[in-house]
Amino acid sequence: MIEFINYYLIPALTLGSIYALGAVGISMIFGILRFAHFAHGDLMTVGAYGVLTAVWFVPVHPLLLIPVGAALAIAAALAVDRFFYRPLRQLATIYTVISSFGVALIFRSLAQLLWSSDNQVLVKGVTPPLVLFGTFRIAALHAEAIALTLVIAVALHLFLTRSKTGRSMRAVSDEPELAAVAGIDTEKVIRWTWVIAAALAAIAGVFAGMDTTVHPNLGWNLQLAMFAAAILGGIGKPMGAIAGGFIIGLAEELSTYNWVGDNPLISPSYKTAVGFLIMVALLIFRPQGLFRGRLL
Amino acid sequence: MEWTGLFFYLVSFLIASGIYAILCLALNIQWGMGGLFNAGIAGFFAVGAYASAIMTTAPSDKHLGGFGMPVPVGLVAAAVLAGLAGWAVAKICVRLKSDYLAMASIGIAEILRLVIVNAERVTNGSLGIAGIPRPFDGWVQGRAADLLFLGFVWVIVAAAYVVSQRLHDSPWGRTLRAIRDNEAAARAAGKDVERFRLQTFVIGCAIMGVAGGLTAHEFKFLSPAATEPLMVTFLVWVMLMAGGSGNNKGAIAGGLGIWAIWSMTEILTNQLLPPEWITRSSYIRILLIGLLLQFVLQKFRSGLIPEASPPIRFKGD
Amino acid sequence: MTALLSVQGLTAGYGGMPIIEGVDLDVEENAVAVIIGPNGAGKSTLLKSIFALTKIAGGTIAMAGRDITGLATAALVPIGISAVPQNRNVFPNLTVAENLDIGTYAAPPRDRARTEANILALFPDLRAKLGQPAGELSGGQRQMVAIGRALMSEPRLLLLDEPTAGLSPAYLEKIFDLILDVRKTGVTILMVEQNARQALRIADRAHVLVNGRNFISGSGAELLANDNVRRSFLGGGEAA
Ligand SMILES: Nc1ncnc2c1ncn2[C@@H]1O[C@H](COP(=O)(O)OP(=O)(O)O)[C@@H](O)[C@H]1O
Ligand SMILES: [Mg+2]
Repeated sequence: MIEFINYYLIPALTLGSIYALGAVGISMIFGILRFAHFAHGDLMTVGAYGVLTAVWFVPVHPLLLIPVGAALAIAAALAVDRFFYRPLRQLATIYTVISSFGVALIFRSLAQLLWSSDNQVLVKGVTPPLVLFGTFRIAALHAEAIALTLVIAVALHLFLTRSKTGRSMRAVSDEPELAAVAGIDTEKVIRWTWVIAAALAAIAGVFAGMDTTVHPNLGWNLQLAMFAAAILGGIGKPMGAIAGGFIIGLAEELSTYNWVGDNPLISPSYKTAVGFLIMVALLIFRPQGLFRGRLL
Repeated sequence: MEWTGLFFYLVSFLIASGIYAILCLALNIQWGMGGLFNAGIAGFFAVGAYASAIMTTAPSDKHLGGFGMPVPVGLVAAAVLAGLAGWAVAKICVRLKSDYLAMASIGIAEILRLVIVNAERVTNGSLGIAGIPRPFDGWVQGRAADLLFLGFVWVIVAAAYVVSQRLHDSPWGRTLRAIRDNEAAARAAGKDVERFRLQTFVIGCAIMGVAGGLTAHEFKFLSPAATEPLMVTFLVWVMLMAGGSGNNKGAIAGGLGIWAIWSMTEILTNQLLPPEWITRSSYIRILLIGLLLQFVLQKFRSGLIPEASPPIRFKGD
Repeated sequence: MTALLSVQGLTAGYGGMPIIEGVDLDVEENAVAVIIGPNGAGKSTLLKSIFALTKIAGGTIAMAGRDITGLATAALVPIGISAVPQNRNVFPNLTVAENLDIGTYAAPPRDRARTEANILALFPDLRAKLGQPAGELSGGQRQMVAIGRALMSEPRLLLLDEPTAGLSPAYLEKIFDLILDVRKTGVTILMVEQNARQALRIADRAHVLVNGRNFISGSGAELLANDNVRRSFLGGGEAA
């Protein structure tokens, strides 16, 4: 039991946090801009490299430098929206989807050019795990990631339900034409969507980079699971996406636990397939997700 | 560069671009005519590549088979298996809207690739399959064999073109385009939209499988690295968009043109860049292709050879 | 007295052929003006054009003497125009209170609390539903939310597109009564209606639009008495 919690449950919740923060952005972009943003994982990568670079100059704890990574990811997101996505807004959204595949490659190749394709570490050395009640051993990063994600979830919920900008975002997600009739500035809402989605992606990227290493495929490799989480939570339902992220993270990690007998339920090398399979199954049987999101 | 060197560079260029032309024709059936967004080309390509490799190699204890069959049998197996995989995907996914179809197809393609890497007893995992024959292997040796293979590839390009063109001009193709441009109207006219889409997807995937098989025979060696989505899925999309989706000639032109740009920039970057940058030159080329796609999407949407009556798809259609 | 809204020679559409051509329309301050016409005549297109949601190819639109042709929707709300579209006119996942709140964003009312209190006084049914998602309300209540949202910016002119579409006859009367109540608060109303007979009864002025062009205009009573209008739009019968 203790072993299960230490080696499976806590890492699963950490992975879930990463997915959750990525999926929120995907879900919001899907809801407001109405397209599947296939460069979202690479936005995480950009954020992680931002923090990596900042750590070289200011050797403090990487989490303290998240604002640098977030700023870089936000700038990147606003730039690609302005130059690549906005010119396609009047067309069928599939063209923007295709464009986002290209943007993913642009981000990735820039990362490879500027930072090389090596694996690079964000934190050198080993931090001893936190020991709770003498038995639960939690890596500091895991505790930080899970706690920060929960705080962000609450803050995001308050923002979306209480603030004028947050409500405008939900309105545009709900009925874009009516939002325009009500005089809401859709382009401003879109800019805010990118700001929030990119900032959260950067945080997710930093968690992922600290959990393993920073490399150009960091975000792309996590992306399909984040799509699964966004769909599971219901498109356009940010809180659903957070729940979805945790569910997918748990499903992937716990599928390798030795539930029956001594062997893992499924081989760890197929772990990532679990997320994809859930996504495909959802698309077939319940595309509106668990929490009745919208359908395009 | 000496002339023979240049000549055989051209031969290998034409082999590779011929295979890309086949992939573009296949994607053109799915996307250009059917409006189906397949983002998992690499998966069907990989199924075809492994099918043909396993069918045609000599028996080996490293992987399933091989069965020592002639290359054409291998390619038929590639088409059938990739078509079957396409059928399974289409069966569950064609009714999804394009964004979801993109996610589903990419997800399934990644699962297929994951299986290929991990099913070592079937595929020899990341070590790959060696000793894959080419057609007419016993007849000629050395570089003449490259020429023969080039002819073989382009015969298949021609066949794929004829098939695509026939499909395009047939009543079936017209119905397909009607569905693409106005699904509701086609449905109202009593067309079985799902069936048409399923057929489209399967035909396209089968042809993608053949392209995968040809790649295996081209290199005589096959490992999971040859099925990278970047070089297979993404590049093919750029080729079709630039060549002119909806037009079979455009598909071939896109395959040739983009592959020419890709190869030429390789030569250029290798000559111009300082040595320490050579390893990074492929990233520069990927960056350029990514930017080229943006240019095509914004300013050049109908491509080099546009569709005869191009669709204009605006919001809400 | 000059008209609050004055449309002259308006030609507009969605990019291809124009849908409405050379339409003239004047709406007097504090009047209820009604547009009727067959399906597909371009009534919604006319309202959308006034609200800058179509491509305008010719003609002018003036509000209180000021030329507003070409202004964006977001700029029209602060000038004092609000609109309620024909369908999908509430944000279903937002609560009723949030729907009303959205109405204040483009043009904040001078005294928000009072404006909201006035609107809830007009639509007392909504008071108990403030915390409920608008998507869960009945059709009639949704229409109230939609109109309420449009009133939150304290408009001088309210554009309504078929506010009674799909409502039961009982609710239909209620909505018409409410529209008259709204007019009493000093708001001018321009609405499109399918229920021509009832609409003409409350109309100060009415316009019949056919094939995107002006067909007949007159007071509500005049059109109710007009044989041509009776035959085509009021189901034949004698004037009630
Ligand atoms: N968004 C649109 N794009 C293109 N054509 C439209 C659009 N909306 C309406 N139309 C066309 O404009 C014409 C008039 O429609 P509309 O103004 O809605 O009529 P009404 O409200 O009088 O029933 C119809 O032929 C309709 O097909
Ligand atoms: Mg209408």
